[in-house]
Amino acid sequence: MADREKDLEVKKEHTLSETENLRNRPVFIPQVDIVEDNDMLLLTADMPGVDTRGIDINLENDVLTIKGTVEAPLRKNYRLIHAEYNMGDYRRSFTLTDVIDHKKIEASAKNGVLRLKLPKAEKAKPKKISVKAE
Amino acid sequence: MWLTGLHDVNWMPDIWRNLDQMQQEMDRLLTGQTVNYLQSFPAINMWMSENDVILSSEIPGIDPGDINISLEGDVLDLSGSRISEGLKEGGKYHRQERPHGAFKRKIRLPFHAQEDRIEAIYEKGILTIKIPRAEEEKPRKITVKAE
Repeated sequence: MADREKDLEVKKEHTLSETENLRNRPVFIPQVDIVEDNDMLLLTADMPGVDTRGIDINLENDVLTIKGTVEAPLRKNYRLIHAEYNMGDYRRSFTLTDVIDHKKIEASAKNGVLRLKLPKAEKAKPKKISVKAE
Repeated sequence: MWLTGLHDVNWMPDIWRNLDQMQQEMDRLLTGQTVNYLQSFPAINMWMSENDVILSSEIPGIDPGDINISLEGDVLDLSGSRISEGLKEGGKYHRQERPHGAFKRKIRLPFHAQEDRIEAIYEKGILTIKIPRAEEEKPRKITVKAE
């Protein structure tokens, strides 16, 4: 089920941007967790094989795009005898509904996991209105 | 869905899953045993050369100390646990797609291994295990003498 959704998302993205990858390799939609609290959105994405240098984050008109480039190891004199996963790059876009403070976005990558902190702009934060008792 | 529960992750494209099922079927036919391939996390690839096997597995975001690797006969056992960070107070999930929880995989090696020379490296969320083949099992080249 979810695999089909993934395929659709990849295809949709291609037709929208009408671009093709230069590199002839698959592009995967990374699995993410997105947590929102009062101050920020925290996006965590599984991108095994990606390090800090291979990550590209872009925020344009409320569309956040994360990209990860993987350098697959060359294994000379080896043949693949068992395969459960394929290697490729990662790409996924999100439309942000909240107003994000662009300048305060923080990104880090460790052990193949991208962590993106997207702090909300001051005006987007919920304000608590206290009701006074008469 | 063919599986539900903690370990059910839609990790592989269908083609890899099919290969996995094929491999499982082959293992069963050849060894008469059922190897547990139901769990698809973490996904494993295996490369082979004359002298060794390289096993690689995508396990992003785990502490290397939380990965257990052991060898029993020709079967390599890989287990560990990926912990969910949980929610802070006032937080809510918009998406929760990343698999977490305990995992366990057993992989049958295509040869006897030199147990004391197995090396494992965890880098960029990918675990790579190099398993050298036992000396006595390495292929030998036989030269043909001309008279």
